[in-house]
Amino acid sequence: MANMRTMSFDAVIVGGGGSGMRAALQLAQSGYKTAVITKVFPTRSHTVSAQGGITCAIASDDPNDKWQWHMYDTIKGSDYIGDQEAIEYMCKTGPEAVFELEHMGLPFSRNENGRIYQRPFGGQSKDFGEGGQAARTCAAADRTGHALLHTLYQGNLKNETVFLNEWFAVDLVKNADNAVVGVIAINIETGETVYVKSKATVFATGGAGRIYASTTNAHICTGDGIGMAMRAGFPVQDMEMWQFHPTGIHGAGTLVTEGCRGEGGYLINKDGERFMERYAPNAKDLAGRDVVARSMVQEILAGRGCGENGDHVFLKLDHLGEETLNAKLPGILELSRTFAHADPVVEPIPVVPTCHYMMGGIPTNVDGQALTLDDQGNEQVVEGFYACGEAACVSVHGANRLGGNSLLDLVVFGRASGLFIEKQLREGVELKDATEDDIERAMQVLNRINSSQQGEKASVLRAELQTIMQNHFGVFRRGDFMKEGIEKLKALRPRIENVQLSDTSNAFNTARIEALELQNLLEVAEATAVAAEWRTESRGAHAREDFQERDDKNWLCHSIYLPESQTVAKRDVNFTPKTREAFEPKVRTY
Amino acid sequence: MLEVSIYRYNPEVDSEPYMQAFSYDTQGKDVMVLDVLEKLKTEDPTLVFRRSCREGVCGSDGVNISGKNGLACITPLSEVVKNNKLVIRPLPGLPVIRDLVIDMTQFYAQYEKIQPYLINNTPAPAIERLQSPEDRAKLDGLYECILCACCSTACPSFWWNPDKFIGPSGLLQAYRFLADSRDTGTEDRLANLDDPFSVFRCHGIMNCVQVCPKGLNPTKAIGHIRSMLLASAA
Repeated sequence: MANMRTMSFDAVIVGGGGSGMRAALQLAQSGYKTAVITKVFPTRSHTVSAQGGITCAIASDDPNDKWQWHMYDTIKGSDYIGDQEAIEYMCKTGPEAVFELEHMGLPFSRNENGRIYQRPFGGQSKDFGEGGQAARTCAAADRTGHALLHTLYQGNLKNETVFLNEWFAVDLVKNADNAVVGVIAINIETGETVYVKSKATVFATGGAGRIYASTTNAHICTGDGIGMAMRAGFPVQDMEMWQFHPTGIHGAGTLVTEGCRGEGGYLINKDGERFMERYAPNAKDLAGRDVVARSMVQEILAGRGCGENGDHVFLKLDHLGEETLNAKLPGILELSRTFAHADPVVEPIPVVPTCHYMMGGIPTNVDGQALTLDDQGNEQVVEGFYACGEAACVSVHGANRLGGNSLLDLVVFGRASGLFIEKQLREGVELKDATEDDIERAMQVLNRINSSQQGEKASVLRAELQTIMQNHFGVFRRGDFMKEGIEKLKALRPRIENVQLSDTSNAFNTARIEALELQNLLEVAEATAVAAEWRTESRGAHAREDFQERDDKNWLCHSIYLPESQTVAKRDVNFTPKTREAFEPKVRTY
Repeated sequence: MLEVSIYRYNPEVDSEPYMQAFSYDTQGKDVMVLDVLEKLKTEDPTLVFRRSCREGVCGSDGVNISGKNGLACITPLSEVVKNNKLVIRPLPGLPVIRDLVIDMTQFYAQYEKIQPYLINNTPAPAIERLQSPEDRAKLDGLYECILCACCSTACPSFWWNPDKFIGPSGLLQAYRFLADSRDTGTEDRLANLDDPFSVFRCHGIMNCVQVCPKGLNPTKAIGHIRSMLLASAA
């Protein structure tokens, strides 16, 4: 590897979505030499697809709103395995982080008094669940993610962040002390492979919804950070927890925001019945996403689904009137007309629960530092390694994320990671240089892929993986069936490792990128499968037919998947918020 | 079988670009152009194009489809297939890196020129800066731009002067900040645009309006900027 170029930075952020660009902004403002490695031009990142808004107690809709109420909702929504210290930090710091975005120019929708418009979202309450529905989700029409991502990109342009656009990070480089000292990355345009050396490496690589056949996620959501961390031997947390969004467009999988129900839309079955009244008498269509998604599947299984095959339900919006729909949900009108051939002004949208969000990820503390377990099973910080956003599990979402909390998570913890790294860099970071062997180790997967002439096509293997996950690890899960899925994944591993690369050219070789992404999908799928089979209870998004109850005695814990031994360990949930007593687990109803 | 003709060019092996014929079985379905590309890539993994969100919000897959620029992911075959033929080329006017992937450096450089960020040097309040719904409404039709470059690469003025004419996308964004009641940089912004090329190379051809996949109207925004420039000169 003597001829491979090295680029050096104080901090490298992998991922140019919301959390990555928020972290980068913090570091660029501090004057440290910062680079963002991103496999797509930053504004093409998946944050752009977020619609409904960013949930935060800015006290605009309700001047008496309190971040503690938001904290309560989030903990309840997490089914009590969200870390309370992290949730407290997010809800408390949130308003400051949202106002910063507004000051940077984010075009939020407005109320008559000129303040930011907030809409109701699922799982929101006033007065710790006692005061009825809250409206806490700050919105820019139904294009909040787009507005947020572009604003962050613009902020980074202003602060002259270095962007390595259309570069793909392949694997982590670790030194003799097991600290992270950068990544191996490919410049997609030229095919050049470079060692990008850094004192701080931040994974802001987003989710991995593409492990499922049907997902709201972009093609690029392939869990690259999770795959890299696992190959480097680092653990991942709560990977069994996948959110199925109630309203993906039937057939296409594209997202229809929960804001539709926030604005007064509701779900109906083939009899035209508003069935959520039966499942969640108080919150109805604005119950937690896990609750709504399960109710929909139960309606479909009971033969009350809509359409020729009875395999979806309808989201009814026409009663809101054309004017409201045009003002509040213009993007949804576009999407529904394009992908469902249904005009919501006059007819309902066919929807079905669709894989949407990875609650699990790389375990971190509130400062974004990645955590691992030492030989005795004690928690330990990985020097030089950070994660934020969907790739991280800090954990603010626990077993079920509330709508609007992902944008808040990525802004708050992107910012927190940046602030902490800035402090570390100021105090001085001393990490041993990587040796030739260390770098060679990080090149193994790439070398294997580059020389793989035999094997099967990436597209075929990917489809097979997605089908296994869709069938064996969906909304409802069962032990024996999951075991079968795990065996299928085991059989798939050698085939995926031996994926064929028929295109060996250098310039913009997307076949090579897809072969590498497939390796990451496999790691994510395996961690998901093993952790899901291991947790013998139902909690949040993890619903088992063979263990239907939540079991706090045995399972009020995080799962930690250890890739080297392929085993799962328990980790305590944090119940020690800093400013108040903890919220104790209660029966969760809406 | 649908006949699909796709522009191919790999700088490492091809001395010049060529059109390659593929066939695609629609099975009677009106799928999106991106679905066709994805399917063809499973057959020929060397076929290269950009894509991400597949729902028309990320702006990755702008291509020229049967003569008109658009996003592959939200363009159904029924809109573009003529005589059972579909022709896909890269967006025109910018250098091709490979197949349908263009080098967008000049496009982004024009965007960066207009200072695409809010300028307001007054101390920020402890909460958000207030903005009336009426003032906020002035940003509708402007902030939604996804930087797909369909408009600028459909514009003859941009083809001739990609280094000096900001182009419809950049100018739409320039007006997005000029129109923002929270922005205090108007004078500076107008001064930056006040030359014979940046704005005034727009000849009102309106190709940009015709192709914008988000239904935005750059020509109208450019008209507003012209008026502001003329008013500030008076």
